[in-house]
Amino acid sequence: MRSVLSLRTWRASATPGQIVLALSILAFLMLFLVIPVATVIYVAFTERGTGSFTLINFYDFFASELFVRSLWNSIWVSLMTVVVASVIALPLAYLTTRFEFRGALLVQTLGFLPLVMPPFVGAVAMQLLFGRNGTFNLLLDEHFGFKIPFMEGLWGVIFVQALHYFPFILVNLSVALRAIDRSMEESAQNLGASGFRLFRRIVLPLAMPGYVAGSALVFVKVFDDLATPLLLNVKDMLAPQAYLRVSSIGIADPMGYVISVMLIICSVLAVWLSTLSLRNKDYATTQRGGGGLAQRKLGSGEAVVAYGVVIFLLLLVLAPHFGLLILSFATVWSFSPLPDGFTLVHYTRVFGDSWVYIKNTLIYASLAAGIDVVLGVAIAYLVLRTKLIGRHWLDWLATASLAVPGVVLGIGYLRTFYNVTLPDGSPLASFWIIIVLALAIRRVPYALRACFSALQQISISLEEAAENLGATKTRTMLRVVLPLMMGGVLAGFVTSFATAAVELSATLMLVQSNDDAPLAYGIYVYMQSAAGRGAGAALGVVAVVFVGLCAFISHLVVERSQRSKGLDS
Amino acid sequence: MSSAHPLAISAADLSIRDVNVFYGANHVLKDVNLDIRPGEFFAFLGPSGCGKTTLLRLIAGFVPADTGTVQISGGDISKLPPWKRDVGLVFQSYALWPHMSVRRNVAFGLEERRLPKADVNKRVNAALELVGLSQFADRRPSQLSGGQQQRVALARTIAVEPKVLLLDEPLSNLDAKMREQVRRELRDLQQRLGITTIFVTHDQEEANTICDRIAVMKDGVVQQVGAPMELYEKPSNLFVAGFLGAANIISGCVIEQDGRRIFAITDDLKLAIPDECKAVDGSRLVFRPQHARLAAVGAGGPGSLPARVTRREFLGANVRYGVMLGSTEVTVDSAFENSAALYELGAPVEIVLPARALLWLQD
Repeated sequence: MRSVLSLRTWRASATPGQIVLALSILAFLMLFLVIPVATVIYVAFTERGTGSFTLINFYDFFASELFVRSLWNSIWVSLMTVVVASVIALPLAYLTTRFEFRGALLVQTLGFLPLVMPPFVGAVAMQLLFGRNGTFNLLLDEHFGFKIPFMEGLWGVIFVQALHYFPFILVNLSVALRAIDRSMEESAQNLGASGFRLFRRIVLPLAMPGYVAGSALVFVKVFDDLATPLLLNVKDMLAPQAYLRVSSIGIADPMGYVISVMLIICSVLAVWLSTLSLRNKDYATTQRGGGGLAQRKLGSGEAVVAYGVVIFLLLLVLAPHFGLLILSFATVWSFSPLPDGFTLVHYTRVFGDSWVYIKNTLIYASLAAGIDVVLGVAIAYLVLRTKLIGRHWLDWLATASLAVPGVVLGIGYLRTFYNVTLPDGSPLASFWIIIVLALAIRRVPYALRACFSALQQISISLEEAAENLGATKTRTMLRVVLPLMMGGVLAGFVTSFATAAVELSATLMLVQSNDDAPLAYGIYVYMQSAAGRGAGAALGVVAVVFVGLCAFISHLVVERSQRSKGLDS
Repeated sequence: MSSAHPLAISAADLSIRDVNVFYGANHVLKDVNLDIRPGEFFAFLGPSGCGKTTLLRLIAGFVPADTGTVQISGGDISKLPPWKRDVGLVFQSYALWPHMSVRRNVAFGLEERRLPKADVNKRVNAALELVGLSQFADRRPSQLSGGQQQRVALARTIAVEPKVLLLDEPLSNLDAKMREQVRRELRDLQQRLGITTIFVTHDQEEANTICDRIAVMKDGVVQQVGAPMELYEKPSNLFVAGFLGAANIISGCVIEQDGRRIFAITDDLKLAIPDECKAVDGSRLVFRPQHARLAAVGAGGPGSLPARVTRREFLGANVRYGVMLGSTEVTVDSAFENSAALYELGAPVEIVLPARALLWLQD
């Protein structure tokens, strides 16, 4: 009797199919996330040769003036990037959400554009526009006799990164601002508040969670980026140091691992601090009987200022794109405001030589995004719709990859899979599938969140109705749940695809031969030499158009599928 | 609780003059004129979409009037922004700010008025005391029940001592049990403060029980203004009659016969129109279910009309009959005495309509 009872409770907690599914996901995450990262941490704490525990590597780290400076530089650059990005994102988000702003959609869309280009690509264009001998400073010098050092040293990195990553703040902040019910502001006005006080006391605090979430993301991303500082010739930052260490001295050198551990600590710390500051502050302010979004009309004076600010900011954030476009058509562009002449030769070269990069990117990004949405749907289903014991661990584990820098994952894969040989005798670490897995693992959290919210929107009674009419759990999933989730799943796919297509941190470590290289890597290789810049820029333009087009098309598909189901996306 | 309270609220009168509001081509408020007396508990009553909430938001300054003015104690407030109007609005959703404690919520308006800290504290305490929530001052709104949240919203509004209190469907987010209790509390509080109050609702029972006077609205037009009983007894049109309580409405035509006015429901069903009733062509006969009486065939007396029982519902104290009068089914409520005295389904009966209970109304 007792055993029957326990069997029953066990059965109630999950079906065998669900358990198998959960265990396969767990195995995947262990193999491609936990073990590589654990390996990195393990190596950092062990003595070379003997394998015994030691802190000597960390002692060495802090004894090295270069590493300590790199650590501070990385923190400084990430923090200042958040500040500069906020200056850009705050007015754009506020003006386009809280006011009747013509072209709000255009601003929000253009504001997204920087993300579909690898940040280091913009770095080169920014050098040409704002560098010491760039367009802007040459004109300034000619007319006023002075230059502004925008692109010198760390500030150059901060400038480029802020222009690239501000959309994370823009998007999160806009969502938060849009979620504030109009009655929240109207009640404050009714009690005597207006203007800036209303903004400071009501709107800003309510939007804070979105702002902090976006800022934390920017911090982590900048901390992790290695290609931008390297292209701007800034080497004394942590991520570039990790890469240089491993690529020049080799994967046996412990310092690369110690730096990786420092990168993980800082990322985790940033994410932890942001969640800590948001505890109990996840306000859902759209409530029953609420009035929806309040959008104020701009006065004519206000409108001039507002449109002026928005146009200035858009020109600024799109400057890298313009620069890149000009560079891709330029014959020679050096020490002059504009190129000496224009040519199509770079594009012919790119389409002749570099087709392999485009093909690889298409394959890698689609596969990675595919893996992400499969994992996302499966984990979301297990967590929200089953009573499987420990199901939340899958969620936490998958989300934890957010805090794992790409360099660290790259180093971890190299170390873990180098000794695993394929049937043809080559190491697994040099197999292109490994690149796909690294791209996929790093994007699981985004796809997972998209799938979570899609599944949460589906009333459980829709599933119960299917089961009541004779559909099994699996059939219900296939015929009811998945079709309804499709919009969210596609959104997750697009995000994963677009970001995977321009990623370089992990791939820079993992690409072993030019034949396996994706677009971002190709651009990076081109951009290394002055002669290759034109071609690199052409390839960059191709990448922007390509990713932008893919994102736009899938966006249309998502919209249509949502609308045909009568759901609002 | 004592009737003395430390909030200084003076009763103000409010008048709305010739107000029109258009949303694009939609004419949502049409020539609205209302006078609300000092200290009055006034209701805007009507079905959804009738413009009652728009009118309330117009008074608060969130909807601009295309024509007309709003005056409080003789002063025109129509051109003032919401934050200068001194009218307290309690939102349907309560609109409590989740990032502030109860105390901070209530203090907000006082701080905006740059009151000294000591005064702010005094008035916050007084307002919270008034709604009986002093012990919850340091909680977050999310830690309170719906009823408590509503009282915080109320305290937050009265703390600033507004000239007029506006309540937007304040009972709609409460469960049925709470509603009766809260509406009594609202009435008590309003009486104690003596504050001029406007209450928006679509529920006639709510309006009837707590309001001094009601403006019944439909399609942006004020249909009738009056005390609850007045509206019930003397509705000025068919809509008001039907919206306030149950009413039977019967079509027919007014004809002249032997120098007397007769209401002909059909050729065979005719009813004398009392001299004091204003019945014109197009008027319809209106009476309340409890004012008609059923009688056995032959026992109805002069003026009674033949009908047939089609429906019978036992409600406890009452029995509700549906009877076919011509081609219209009318409802008749009669007090339940014993089961033997009931009429069976299909039975022919006579329906007795006392002259003083009859109304002839138009759209």
